[in-house]
Amino acid sequence: MAGMIDVNDLHVTFQNGGKPVRAVQGVSFSVGDGESFGIVGESGSGKSTVLKAIAGLIPSESAGLLVNGKPVSARRAKEDRRQLQFVFQDPYASLHPRQTVDDVLREPLIIHGIGERDEKIVGAIAEVGLSPQHRFRYPHQLSGGQRQRVAIARALILRPPILLLDEPTSALDVSVQAEILNLISRLRKSHRLTIILVSHDLGVVAHLCSRIAIMQLGRLVEIVEANSLRTGQVRQDYTRRLIAASRGFTRMTG
Amino acid sequence: MSETLLSVRNLSVAYPGRSGVTHALRNASFTLGRERLGIVGESGSGKTTAGRAILGLIPKPGIVMADELSFAGEPLLNRSESDWRKLRGRRMSMIMQDPKYSLNPVQRIGQQISETCRLHLGSTRKDAEQRSLAMLEAVKIRDPELVYNQYPHQLSGGMGQRAMIAMMLVAEPDLLIADEPTSALDVTVQNDVLRILDDLVTERGMGLIFISHNLTIVSSFCDRVLIMYGGKIMEECAADDLKKARHPYTRALVAAAPSLDEPRAELATVVRDPAWLA
Repeated sequence: MAGMIDVNDLHVTFQNGGKPVRAVQGVSFSVGDGESFGIVGESGSGKSTVLKAIAGLIPSESAGLLVNGKPVSARRAKEDRRQLQFVFQDPYASLHPRQTVDDVLREPLIIHGIGERDEKIVGAIAEVGLSPQHRFRYPHQLSGGQRQRVAIARALILRPPILLLDEPTSALDVSVQAEILNLISRLRKSHRLTIILVSHDLGVVAHLCSRIAIMQLGRLVEIVEANSLRTGQVRQDYTRRLIAASRGFTRMTG
Repeated sequence: MSETLLSVRNLSVAYPGRSGVTHALRNASFTLGRERLGIVGESGSGKTTAGRAILGLIPKPGIVMADELSFAGEPLLNRSESDWRKLRGRRMSMIMQDPKYSLNPVQRIGQQISETCRLHLGSTRKDAEQRSLAMLEAVKIRDPELVYNQYPHQLSGGMGQRAMIAMMLVAEPDLLIADEPTSALDVTVQNDVLRILDDLVTERGMGLIFISHNLTIVSSFCDRVLIMYGGKIMEECAADDLKKARHPYTRALVAAAPSLDEPRAELATVVRDPAWLA
């Protein structure tokens, strides 16, 4: 399997008032070309931190971080940045309130010196299921689901091979979540994207991803197939507890 | 279902605004016994508004109207603020979603719980402390004395939510309204908090209104469920039967949630019918 993303022995340490906090400790995995890979865990498990380290948004240490077969350094070159794009959890916070949809989508094209901007912007808006009238709207004039569509359009306008999604639907209602998840799986096929999706929701991850990493307290507990998650054929107790908890409340009998 | 604790008939809440009146809740009717009643719906469906209206917490200029709104046989509409103060906290309480915003950040946990005892039960300082410690223990806090002397920022989310529950329950209310009490918590902690609420209903015979957007939790935890959309109750059904619900909106909600047990290639999206709100 050609590795699109290779993570080897990744460590991330933050300083908190002089005390080191080891947020990620020795995480290794590999994501193949066109694969969709999920990371689940509870708050503080380090799942988002892994994603940010891959994107180069935070400093990290590792025995090798390869994106598209090429080692990337702490300071990313412009070309490396074009390889992967990020969609964040909160569509309210991740769009500039004083920029129209057109501004938001134009900026990456300007930064990377790409031409035919108007055509690309119109195309990107249509691709994520927004209508042309949304092009000159501000974020406050859009619903949460529409904003997340804009964030996805912004991520894909550079045609990156890799899309990193950090809890892309956690802030949305279940009906809007369904629309966004359908959009992501449609775009994944049409763009042949490699995806890493981070979520606390096992249902969401199992729906979109074929292989899933379970994280707890900065460490990787295990990597399982989506089907094993459904059937409960997992090795670790922690994974079993997560599965049981996500199925809802169980009343003790007797 | 035993005796009726809360009786609601045609409860409506409206907010007059510059661009006309917003109907946050339209003609909601239901009753609650000593049981677990779930209210589910998406944002803006009026589920929180319903909870707040019962507790008389609709802020001005909001208007609350009802043919009947009574608690243990007493009418709740048009009560004075001092009347409400005797009722709220003592006989009916509400747990909010996020302990971070509902606990006083500059008071120790113990002080906040004891205050409830002294205010509502007229307890002495010593008695209030004992009751509070016992309550902290009842919500499965391992070291009640430590938590009693801690400030809210020193607690994790799950601990904070337990402390909140302890505070709301120390006066032993008959009715508890829990508004998304577990949404800010991790799944493994969620179940612990639900178990505490569950025990209180079974052991003390409390009536519980459980407001949530999470269908999985509501269907596994509650006895009955109200499904709300656009300020109206779409249907009421037994929690076990949620998957067999009749209303198209309920069915669409169930189908839209990705499930571990029933994988689908494409998730169903919700098509809304304006006739539902007619």
